[in-house]
Amino acid sequence: MSTPSDSSTAPVVSARDVGVALGGRPIVRGIDFEVRAGEVVALLGPNGSGKSTLVKAMVGLNPVSRGELTLFGESVQRFTQWPRLGYVPQRSTAAAGVPATVAEVVGGGRLSRRRPFRPARRTDRDAVRRALETVGLADRARQQVSTLSGGQQQRVLMARTLAGEPELLVLDEPNAGVDLASQEAIAATLSSLVDTGATIVVVLHELGPFAGLIQRTLRLNEGRLVYDGPALGSTSGEHGDDHHHPPTLPPLLLPSVRAPLDGGR
Amino acid sequence: MDILLSPFMLRALLAAAVTGLAAPAVGTYLVQRRLSLMGDGIGHVAVTGVALGLLTGTSPTLTAVIVAIAGALLIELIRSSGRATGDVALALLFYGGIAGGLLLVSLAGNGAFALQQYLFGSIATISTQEMLVSVALAAVVLVLSFALLPQLFSVANDEDYARTTGLSVKFYNVLISVLAAVTVSVAMRTVGLLLVSALMIIPVATAQQFSRGFRVTMLGAMAAGTIAALTGVSFSAFVDVPPGATIVLVSLAGFALTFPLGVVVQRRRRARIPFNVEANEVLTRANEPHGHVHGPGCGHQAVEHGDHVDYLHDGHRHAQHADHYDEH
Repeated sequence: MSTPSDSSTAPVVSARDVGVALGGRPIVRGIDFEVRAGEVVALLGPNGSGKSTLVKAMVGLNPVSRGELTLFGESVQRFTQWPRLGYVPQRSTAAAGVPATVAEVVGGGRLSRRRPFRPARRTDRDAVRRALETVGLADRARQQVSTLSGGQQQRVLMARTLAGEPELLVLDEPNAGVDLASQEAIAATLSSLVDTGATIVVVLHELGPFAGLIQRTLRLNEGRLVYDGPALGSTSGEHGDDHHHPPTLPPLLLPSVRAPLDGGR
Repeated sequence: MDILLSPFMLRALLAAAVTGLAAPAVGTYLVQRRLSLMGDGIGHVAVTGVALGLLTGTSPTLTAVIVAIAGALLIELIRSSGRATGDVALALLFYGGIAGGLLLVSLAGNGAFALQQYLFGSIATISTQEMLVSVALAAVVLVLSFALLPQLFSVANDEDYARTTGLSVKFYNVLISVLAAVTVSVAMRTVGLLLVSALMIIPVATAQQFSRGFRVTMLGAMAAGTIAALTGVSFSAFVDVPPGATIVLVSLAGFALTFPLGVVVQRRRRARIPFNVEANEVLTRANEPHGHVHGPGCGHQAVEHGDHVDYLHDGHRHAQHADHYDEH
């Protein structure tokens, strides 16, 4: 692996004046931050604030239109150290066309460490088994993915990334549409990774079960960084502004006003 | 039975067998990517390729492979650039391919009859050389489909994630397209260009009724495809109809016959998935008088639920508790 010699001191993620434009429309605008090894950082912000767009740029899925974004000291546009990076996408509800077992999907996480035309080795199979044990789905390895609950499917995506044994984990809304038990399982998995020195960047809508884990939050609004500091949810007690209140009025009495960015992504 | 042992029939059966193996292998990836109609698109484009061969007096197989690959790359280019949705891109190629083929064949003068062998298959006219080319091409398709299965599966399953593991998504997408184009050219003498896609898709649909995994689906589809191709070609020899029609009808019959069984298998499998254990479950006593004792072989499906077993009873989940049953 081509590890730069100064990797112990270089930031794991470094963003300097980073802008991301999708279809010519600037979504993320001039963001600066650094994430050091071992940090656990939450990216917060309302819908349409650019959190997902930013993390997708971090893992090379969105083009960086301005500034410089580096992972492990290497620009994301020319990134090659794939085994060090682990991305957990937002779970898509669309089932694939052909059935696949849990073990087959999780095995995809090993491909950053496997060469084409080489069969899976014992280390690959062991990594898949350990990853499934970590997320508590070891007994489901041969089950069809689409028969699992939403929360379990999110844990499968988590296991897939863990199977690659990454140093940096980037998670995009791991709690979206996930039952509380699975949210807690995911949070527990992450905290065991933190103990092993992993660096974690996680997009969240609300801190929820992650509150005890997050050391620092970055808050985005309208594509700009508006807050960078200690986790608000954990310091200001239970009542931060990181969660939604369920409507207390009967639905008919709710004002029919929509924010312009509602549902926009 | 003599007809089955004649040299032309042996060639036809061998060509059918390799087609039956290769077409569903590639088809599994196409179904996974929700591009079931891609085989049709490429097949239609290959019509132009065959017509080009007939017009210029070169081998139609060669021109079909070249034009089919070009068409497949064009489909992939249009799809990945997002300028038109995949199915509009396919539709455009359908029309262009057929119209182009018709035009070129009419110019060639020998027209419809020569083309028909390629459209619906023709076992009697397969030469030894063509058979060998088919076997070689099918072997390449099969080796690549299996050797690169983890990579091709990952890209077809979740393109974005595959990219973050360092896979060249573009390369693997192009590879699938090229494999599909080569398969179409292999299959055109047996099932024919207009029906080749059926042999890529129907066996996959048959296999996935019973399978839980991707690799198992692919192997099952290859078995179903081979059986259909061999049976269909044999039928076609006896009743003298184009093999494309019989192969596809045998395939469809296989799907139709296994469908009721598939429904039962899936229901049983789904019913057996263990129930999740919730932290604070509300337990209620089964309120109707329960004259029946649940146990192994009682006729009610037993399903794991944490440390005990629930029995599915008229849509309820019954768990034994002392002398009565609880609703879980």
